[in-house]
Amino acid sequence: MVTARGVAGAVADPELPMLTLADLGILREVEEKDGGAVVVTITPTYSGCPAMGTIRADLFAALREAGYADVQVRTLLFPAWTTDWITRDGRRKLAEAGIAPPGTAPVRHGPVPLTLGPAHRRLDCPNCGSGDTEELSRFGATACKSLWRCRACREPFEHLKEL
Amino acid sequence: MLDDAHEALAHAGNAYEALNDGDDPRWAYGTGFADPLAGVDTRVPDGVDGADLAAYCLMLGDDALIMSHRLQEWCTRAPELEEEVALANIALDLLGQARLLLARAGTADGSGRDEDALAFRRDAGEFRNVLLAEVPNGDFAEAMARLLVFATWRLALLERLTGSRDPVLAAVAVKGVKEVAYHRDYAAGWVVRLGDGTSYSRERAVAGLAAVWPLVTELFTPHEVELRLASAGAGADPSALREGFDDVLGQVLTAATLTRPTDTTFTQSSDTTLTRPTDTTFTLPRDTAPGRPAGRSGTHTAALTDLLAEMQSVARAHPDATW
Repeated sequence: MVTARGVAGAVADPELPMLTLADLGILREVEEKDGGAVVVTITPTYSGCPAMGTIRADLFAALREAGYADVQVRTLLFPAWTTDWITRDGRRKLAEAGIAPPGTAPVRHGPVPLTLGPAHRRLDCPNCGSGDTEELSRFGATACKSLWRCRACREPFEHLKEL
Repeated sequence: MLDDAHEALAHAGNAYEALNDGDDPRWAYGTGFADPLAGVDTRVPDGVDGADLAAYCLMLGDDALIMSHRLQEWCTRAPELEEEVALANIALDLLGQARLLLARAGTADGSGRDEDALAFRRDAGEFRNVLLAEVPNGDFAEAMARLLVFATWRLALLERLTGSRDPVLAAVAVKGVKEVAYHRDYAAGWVVRLGDGTSYSRERAVAGLAAVWPLVTELFTPHEVELRLASAGAGADPSALREGFDDVLGQVLTAATLTRPTDTTFTQSSDTTLTRPTDTTFTLPRDTAPGRPAGRSGTHTAALTDLLAEMQSVARAHPDATW
């Protein structure tokens, strides 16, 4: 059976097209009203994520195509999205696409501590599985990714940063 | 691989159609902005003055917008591709924060002005950003010192605002804290590398820090709107952020083997000219009311007028353009 939730959840993320919106965890609520209207609630990943507009448009298009004529897309800013909301399936798909999935996002109470120097953490290479990797840059091709290199297989790879 | 290619093609098709179906997702002047607060409850909470809240969001939004523009100016000019990408990412985060805050300002005062009107149709005297955000770029070492100061201060501020009585401001702050923490670590890493590097990099780091330091005092000088918002539980008194700021700067400067410059102010009766390690100098505005923050009161350097001339040129030349 086609449900609005199913249709909305299956829309691909524009910047990480191997993930659906459901995998990414930004789809907060899909409500089908009695008259057939659909209200979709999404939470942005980053404040400046340029994909948000495209995501909204893709949601309208997918739902319209599935026969939902009256669609509203709402933004929910709080609680803020965290990489912890990426599903297990989503993490597997990221790794298969060569992107190291995020670890658990830090839970903080009080001021954020300063981190000097490169990330002291172990990240396994998504290509060869080696743990002998190093961070090249904390900022990558999109706001959500950092740049890493594997010393074993010599391949560079991306990592979805914990947020 | 073929499946991947098909998927990518199918996706490109969707994106192309999406760009042409009226719900325009692009964000640039004249393309029809998507409201970043679409569907968000923007009622002003009881006990908070809407006009004050709008003025406050404008201050924080302008800080982000103008600083973002200065960081964007590094595109094609950064020393390495990785740094260019990093600076562009940081600029994008700040631009996103600016969009939300400007949109919040337009809803809080009931004027209904959108981010477009606020970013592109105000003159320099109507901007409320601190001077640190607007002064022209110097060299890379100065840029890192400036970003360290800006991000450390803004992170401390956003941390306080996560408890704001305005739920929109609180939500923007919660997200902003996560983003600006990365910005601060990035700048801190470079200040340490340059300060504790070669004698030449150290020389530049010292000069860069000295160039931005006269702009530090203003960050912690409260404007009356900030004080009113702080008492209403919706804002933060900037003077309360100084201790935390000094603590973080102390950690970075110690690791960088650098000495903290002495605080100076530019609120005396004569103009102050800042000398830069590179070839530019600029004049800070004479403050007619000592103790008042310059930028927050609408007093700016000539550099902001130049910046806006570039940033607003298309919008000003074609006021109602769409494409």
